[in-house]
Order: sequence, then structure tokens, then C-alpha cells
Amino acid sequence: MKSFTTLQGVVAPMDRANVDTDLIIPKQFLKSIKRSGFGPNLFDELRYLDEGFPGQDNAKRPLNPDFVLNQDRYQGASVLLARKNFGCGSSREHAPWALDDFGFRCVIASSYADIFFNNCFKNGLLPVILPEAVVDVLFAEMYAEEGYQLKIDLEKQQVLRPNGDCHSFEVDDFRRHCLLNGLDDIGLSLQHADDIKAYEEKRRQTAPWLFGAL
Amino acid sequence: MSQGKTLYDKLWDSHFVKSRDDGSALIYIDRHVIHEVTSPQAFEGLRLAGRDLWRKDSIIATPDHNVPTTSAERAAGVDGIEDEVARIQVKTLDDNCDEFGVTEFKINDQRQGIVHVIGPETGACLPGMTIVCGDSHTSTNGALGALAHGIGTSEVEHVFASQCLVAMKMKNLLIRVDGELGPGVSPKDVVLAIIGKIGTAGGTGYAIEFGGQVFRDMSMEGRMTVCNMAIEAGARVGMVAVDQITLDYVEGKTYAPKGEQWDMALAEWNQLHSDTDAEFDSVVVMDGAAIEPQVSWGTSPEMVQPIGGKVPNPALESDPVKKEGIERALVYMGLQAGQSIGDIHVDRVFIGSCTNSRIEDMRAAAAVVKGRQKAASVKEAIVVPGSGVVKAQAEAEGLDQIFTAAGLEWREPGCSMCLAMNADKLGAGEHCASTSNRNFEGRQGYGGRTHLVGPEMAAAAAIAGHFVDVRSF
Repeated sequence: MKSFTTLQGVVAPMDRANVDTDLIIPKQFLKSIKRSGFGPNLFDELRYLDEGFPGQDNAKRPLNPDFVLNQDRYQGASVLLARKNFGCGSSREHAPWALDDFGFRCVIASSYADIFFNNCFKNGLLPVILPEAVVDVLFAEMYAEEGYQLKIDLEKQQVLRPNGDCHSFEVDDFRRHCLLNGLDDIGLSLQHADDIKAYEEKRRQTAPWLFGAL
Repeated sequence: MSQGKTLYDKLWDSHFVKSRDDGSALIYIDRHVIHEVTSPQAFEGLRLAGRDLWRKDSIIATPDHNVPTTSAERAAGVDGIEDEVARIQVKTLDDNCDEFGVTEFKINDQRQGIVHVIGPETGACLPGMTIVCGDSHTSTNGALGALAHGIGTSEVEHVFASQCLVAMKMKNLLIRVDGELGPGVSPKDVVLAIIGKIGTAGGTGYAIEFGGQVFRDMSMEGRMTVCNMAIEAGARVGMVAVDQITLDYVEGKTYAPKGEQWDMALAEWNQLHSDTDAEFDSVVVMDGAAIEPQVSWGTSPEMVQPIGGKVPNPALESDPVKKEGIERALVYMGLQAGQSIGDIHVDRVFIGSCTNSRIEDMRAAAAVVKGRQKAASVKEAIVVPGSGVVKAQAEAEGLDQIFTAAGLEWREPGCSMCLAMNADKLGAGEHCASTSNRNFEGRQGYGGRTHLVGPEMAAAAAIAGHFVDVRSF
């Protein structure tokens, strides 16, 4: 997994609450057996004026000029500013894969759905939680200033605004550690293989029906 | 005296392997259910890292999202799937299960079906288990008194390799629905009413236990419908305590323990309820008698109204973000503020999905359409059983004949139009009475308009051509 330490980047808005993972990456693209290549179909139904299908040449599709990510001022954005309950619905990890493939490294919102939040950390994508009032301020500043950038420092757990104001955010120690160092958490868990085996042996005695053959 | 434990606390404790300094824990997973959409990248990850499955006998697989539901397209099995990308994905699941030695109910095996239907139905998913699947509706299995939730593909790989998940303990939320449901009010109406009350983020960070008389009286199928949609209230986990109804359901299932092991299991399962002195972080209380048949009008499962209600007016909403959400939903759904729910006409009807495709759902829908005819204005009404076993049972009871005589189509098992990954989908602008779980924009087809309802209400809409109160139908 790629690491995340600090990021300074252009901010793009997804200014609606309850953005679901169907909206982030529609189901027809979930037929892929790969982890990559979802970027061109991120927010597909909002981004293009036609219906998207797997295997299309997306460069030839009509873009929706009203959609923010198609506007010049947000090109190259790496920070997505969003509203509450971002990433609700389906557990599809294709959602963070699509955000990452598009070029986003960080999402900022006042809250997230649990599974999406968890999936982000597995893919080097940092979901930052800030209070709703702060998110409102960021939206206002971003709309007012073309090319608006934020700096996100995971080590210090801070979001830095252009005017120098700082906002702290919380993140679990384990997730932070893995993200800062780009660690594969399967490898870390397998360091406890003896504990897992010991648990398993004990359970096999007390609950043998859990170990029956299928 | 030590504090009593909730059901969730007990399940967490019995699967706890190790805590780490940072507050996270390793939790052991008893059952891992997989399907074709969220597992290929996890198998590929194992291969790339040179790892093997930790415990292959903990895994059960079946294709469901991408399988066609017409008997013509199903006849030739995997090779007959017309959509090439879908065919490759189903074939990849077959190949991976063969290579790694995983038990799979393949496309035309009678035991094939929607993952969350076949788990409980075969006894592969049991009370007291930890159950995961790369699918958010894994919470369905919580009806058994199990700790079950959806995970992402990276976590699928993690469980493949280590039989564990890195987890943080959730908070406890009790949703208690007291009293008795009125006639014609279904478990789906109960869960839609709950989501309407607490919102789609109301359960975020919580494991929900559904308690109270309404759930004690409810069948296992009904409890599964309710737990299924815990995720639509934001909670990964929804559970119901084990009681005699649970045990009667589990006994005799193919993979349920037998003989001496059954007795051992009973001793453990009889503890699977919250202690009377257990404390919940949050409690929501509702009156079952006050719940009416529900219909969703918008693009989020919290946007629901009772059948006698009206589409809300955004001008009356003070929260600007909510107001904008209502306005956007009205435009997408092609509805007017103040319009009566009963005036919404439907173009298609879908009865199926992991929420409502079990035998009881089939029976409930059949009872409504029996001896009646689908409205001519309804282009298509499909009934998709949740598994080959449900299909066979329904056919043995003659339900398929009732549906087809009424002008509804009887299909092969799969996820079908719930998420429209296969050919079953809505056209742009079409309204659908659907027993599925999500009414998001585009969920059932590009530009499609979903109205979430219970199976009785969907069946009644198929006959009437618009939403009607099934209680007086």
C-alpha cells in the first residue's frame, strides 16, 4: 500500500449529503476483476451525459459541463470536500479504488459510512473527519477562491487552510501508523499467527460444530 | 457485581483473539461467504503475496450478482451468460474456488442463490458465529443471533489469509419495537419505518440489536428482512437474540450441528441474548401498532412515507442540506411536493433481493395476486426467488403458477434487479415497486426510479398499477 504523510492539493467539492457508493462508482463497472482502471468512471452518472458501460472509450463520451469535476478550476484536484455520511450504501471497495485512480488522496467530510471509511485506509486514501461548521467554512472558502488548496498533515493530524488556520482531526493510532508507513496489515496480523492458532484450538474443543466440513 | 453484557458484547468477547496497544483487536471469523463481484481481487492478492487460505473449510461461495434470471439464458450455465464481462467474472469465481479448494454452489446447482439467503438456509451460517462477506447486506445473518457484517475486498483478502479481522468495537444500539403489528403490516414496513425515524446515518458506528415484542413474534424470514437493512440505517451490524423460533429454524439444516454437538451448541446459543442489566449506548423505542405499510418516495431509504402519506414539501424543511436533498430527489423521481403516495404509478415491479426473496416473501406476494391480473399499464413484474431451494419450495406449493396466472414472471434465483448488474433493469424514468433495499439514483438502472416496499405492497401495486394500501386491497 502507498503511504500517506502530507499532501498539499487543489480541493474539489461534492456538495451533497449521503453520497452513496453507487453514485461514486455505478454497478456495471463492478464486473471488472481488477483493482485499477475505475477512475474514468468515478461519479459516472453525474460526469457524463450518457449511460456508461464497461469497455467504452470514455474520451468519446459527452461530458456534463455542469459537473464540478469537469470544470477547469478543479482539474488536478487531490482533495475531495464532501458532506455528511459520505460513502453510504454498498461495501464495494471499488469506490475508494475509483477515487484513488482518479487522483484523490484525501476526502474531507463531517462523517462517513463505516465500511467506506474502513476501505479508504486499505488503499492509501485518507478520510478526514472535521466538524460540520468547519466543513461549511472550507466549502465557502473553496467556492470563493479558484485554485483553493489545503494542506493535510497526517503526522500532526492537521488540516491547514491558506490563511494559516489549523484544524486538528482524529484518526485511530493503528490506521495512522499503517497509512504513514504504507504497511500491509495482513502481514502485521500474521505476526500474531500463534495467537490465532491458540484461539482456534481452544474453540475447536468448546465449539466443534464451527469446524465442520462444508 | 459486573455489568451485564449485550448480545453484541458476548459475540465480540467469544471471538476476541488479541488486543493491540492502539485499541484495535483481532477478531476471529467463523464463516466467510463469498461471491463473484468482491472476491476476484482478493484471490489475486493472495497469489501475488504467495499466501494460501488460512481455513478453506470456513468459506462458502456462490455466484449471485451477475447471474441471468431467465431460464433460457441460464440453461447453458456459465457459458450461456451473454454479457461477456459478467461471464468472465462468474467463471473467475469458479476457477478461484476450484484452485483454492473452496466449496461453491455453482450457477445451476439447486443450492445456488443470493449469498445472504443460502447462508442461513443451508445452516452454513449459524447462531453465535462471526460471519463476513464482501457485501454490506451480510447483516442479514444477524437474525440468527450472529455477529455478521459486510467487509471490503482488502478485508476479504485479510480473512482469507489470517481468518481474522482487525476491528474496533462498535457501540451498542437497541431498537425496541413494542406491541403488535397491525394486520397487513410486514417486517419490511417495520425496518423502513425505523430508517425513516433514525435516518440513513442513525446507526453509524453502532451494532444494532432489534428487540421488543414485535421481533419476538416475528418469523426468522422476517427477522432477516429487518437485519438485512440495518446497513440502510448506517449500522454494519443488525441482530436479534436467539429464542425458540431461531432454534426451530436452525434444527435439521444441512450444516447445522447434529446429535451431541447440537446439545453442545444449544448450551451456548441459549446464552445469546442481552442480559437484563446490560446497558446500551443508545436506545430507540417505537410502537409496533403505529407502523403502517411504507413506500419510499425519494433517493435515500430514509425518504419514506406511510401509504396514506404525501411526498414532502422541501419548502417546509429548515435544514438547508436536507432541503436540497429533497429538491434533488423530487427532480430525479419526477414527483411533485404534496403528491399522494397512492397516486404514484408504477411501470415495473420487482419482487426479490436478499431483503425479500425467502419462501415467506413468495407466499405473501402470491396471496395478494392470487386470482387477480397484473395491470396492463405495468410493463413487467418479475418474481425472483432468493435461491434454488426457495424456488423449488415455491413451485412445490404452486406459487409459481399463481404468479404466472396473474401475469407476473417467475425467474431463476439471483440478485437481479436489486442492483441491476445483469439484464434485469429499469429504463430511464421508469417507476418500480421494488422489494429491494436501496433506492439510490441509478441503482436499478440508469435513470430508474425505485420505490422500496414490502412484498405484499409490491404485489398489490402490480395489480393496481399504482401504490395501494394492501390492508384494504
